[in-house]
Amino acid sequence: MNQMVIEKDVALQQGAKFTTRNVDVFYGDAQAIKSIDMDIPDKTVTAFIGPSGCGKSTFLRCLNRMNDTIPICRVSGEILLDGDDIYARSVDPAQLRARVGMVFQKPNPFPKSIYDNVAYGPRIHGLAASKTDLDIIVEESLARASLWNEVKDRLDQPGTGLSGGQQQRLCIARAIATAPEVLLMDEPCSALDPIATARVEELIDELRQNYAIIIVTHSMQQAARVSQRTAFFHLGVMVEQGETPKIFTNPDDKRTQDYITGRFG
Amino acid sequence: MRDTGHIHRVDWTDPALKRRLAARHRSDGYLRLIGGAALGAACLVFALLVGSLVYAGYPAFTQTHVTLQFDVTGDRVALDAPDAGNYRAITRDALGQLFPEVTSRKDQRALAGILSNGAQYILRDHIVANPGLIGHTITLTVPVSDPYDQLAKGLIDAATPEANRRLNDAEIAWFQKLQADGAVSRPLNTGLLTNPDSRFPELAGLAGALRGTFYALLVCFLISFPVGISAGIYLEEFAPKNRFTDMIEVNINNLAAVPSVVFGLLALAVFLGWFGLPRSAPLVGGMTLALMTLPTIIIATRVAVKAVPPSIRDAALSLGASQHQVVLGHVVPLAMPGILTGTIIGLAQALGETAPLLLIGMNAFITQVPDSMLEPATALPTQIFIWADSPERGFATRTSAAICVLLAFLVAMNAVAIYLRKRFERQW
Repeated sequence: MNQMVIEKDVALQQGAKFTTRNVDVFYGDAQAIKSIDMDIPDKTVTAFIGPSGCGKSTFLRCLNRMNDTIPICRVSGEILLDGDDIYARSVDPAQLRARVGMVFQKPNPFPKSIYDNVAYGPRIHGLAASKTDLDIIVEESLARASLWNEVKDRLDQPGTGLSGGQQQRLCIARAIATAPEVLLMDEPCSALDPIATARVEELIDELRQNYAIIIVTHSMQQAARVSQRTAFFHLGVMVEQGETPKIFTNPDDKRTQDYITGRFG
Repeated sequence: MRDTGHIHRVDWTDPALKRRLAARHRSDGYLRLIGGAALGAACLVFALLVGSLVYAGYPAFTQTHVTLQFDVTGDRVALDAPDAGNYRAITRDALGQLFPEVTSRKDQRALAGILSNGAQYILRDHIVANPGLIGHTITLTVPVSDPYDQLAKGLIDAATPEANRRLNDAEIAWFQKLQADGAVSRPLNTGLLTNPDSRFPELAGLAGALRGTFYALLVCFLISFPVGISAGIYLEEFAPKNRFTDMIEVNINNLAAVPSVVFGLLALAVFLGWFGLPRSAPLVGGMTLALMTLPTIIIATRVAVKAVPPSIRDAALSLGASQHQVVLGHVVPLAMPGILTGTIIGLAQALGETAPLLLIGMNAFITQVPDSMLEPATALPTQIFIWADSPERGFATRTSAAICVLLAFLVAMNAVAIYLRKRFERQW
């Protein structure tokens, strides 16, 4: 499942998908994130790990400008997607969010039909020229999220009627319907049972062939299973980033070592 | 780790403990008792209110009628002008035939007074609609006048001395003969809901008031619903959070508590004074009620919008929806049940508002059902106010009956609001 050795340098050789330099995030006067420099490669899974409240989710939300919706939140520094600053004036946040999709901790399908849930993104961005095109997009997205076979006969039923794991896969299908380049996942399995979690992890492994995936997770085992690169956050600072096997077996920083060995959680 | 050498033990069989436990149970019981008594008192008061209204008003739901033979002769009614016929004479004769012993003019006038003043017009309208009946004798059922209606319903006490009574012994005897002949009936008083207001209680109805209330509520809804929802959504979703918007919020909450008579004065000065709109018009009434309902709808909208969970917004935003798409496509549809419930409750309150409508003149004596919103009209609460002031006995029962009609509408509207709320309540 995790071809760690072979893909080691391929990812970074392609050039980073996301590059951040000197990113600070303030909530009012309190600083939540200090000076983060990161490179996130394409077609790889990068995991953000760290104890609660260390700023992983806050940093994740910077990448698709979701922090814009919080009035007291201020982001400074440079965040580049394919070399372009996402906080530039010419960038439309709505369009950015179609390119950088997000899946949340608790599955949040719209109270609409399964079809309408997945079709929502393509509809508002006008990505489908006709109903047939839309049907194709919906089917492909659901198939990629490995949900198609389970729901193909009941596309008009409400999305909220599915089980937890199915709802989360529906949310993933919905996010990939806009053909994003990056998928941000904020603890996507924490509300799911182990079997559903395993299915979603399988899915993530399939998806990384087409998307850059960043997953915030509390579970180190999950990070080790699923990701090729890992970044460890602590108290708003990114302590260390690197190849997953290295971080988990031979980290450079003592704080990382302490976290991984369970000294603090 | 704590030192757990000495373990604190409790003797659960200690009688002192048992007494304290019993005292706790007693306190529970007292609390229940007080709550139940309070609820019982409220229910009792409500039952008394409704009971007294129904008791006072139920006689008005039937109206005494008498069935007589009317000779529609050619000399009284001309074929080419049936509406100009002398129907008054026809109705007088219809009774005169049954009581040939009544000869003096005074007595004859009194006898004719058994029939309602409107009987001649009812007969006229019937003949005008069926001109082929001219020259024939027809049987028609017409209402009796108010004193006889009260007599038939047993509301005139025959024991009081004749001088103090509305009807003297002779009049009562005539009526009793009619009853013995089986000519008297007491059908349902549909006129209460279909007739406009009148000087005569037996002919008076709520049709004009109902139409006026309908127009006023319609105008109120058409103004306050869109404005209220838009303002509420803007304040909740788009307005920046600063001192100015805080002040607006405080002011809106205050407006919701302003006495309604103040809105009436405002309407009098501005709508009738500056704008020169017609007095007593349902349009003006509706505009005034809209001013009063606006704060209620704004507050209900804000509460409903606040209740939509952020997860739905986040989901929509993360897919690249712009703010207006999130608000109009997701937040508003999900908040709509709450908004509608608040609107219906606000309209139900507006239905019963009297003071502002009185001040703009909707308590005039209007005997026609209004055809447009600009014609003078009354509304249900102001009509009640007018009838309550009228001296005739018949209006006393009709006032209570009209209050029952108003309450029925209020209960119906609130029931619809509660049903909507339960039906669309979402457990997030």
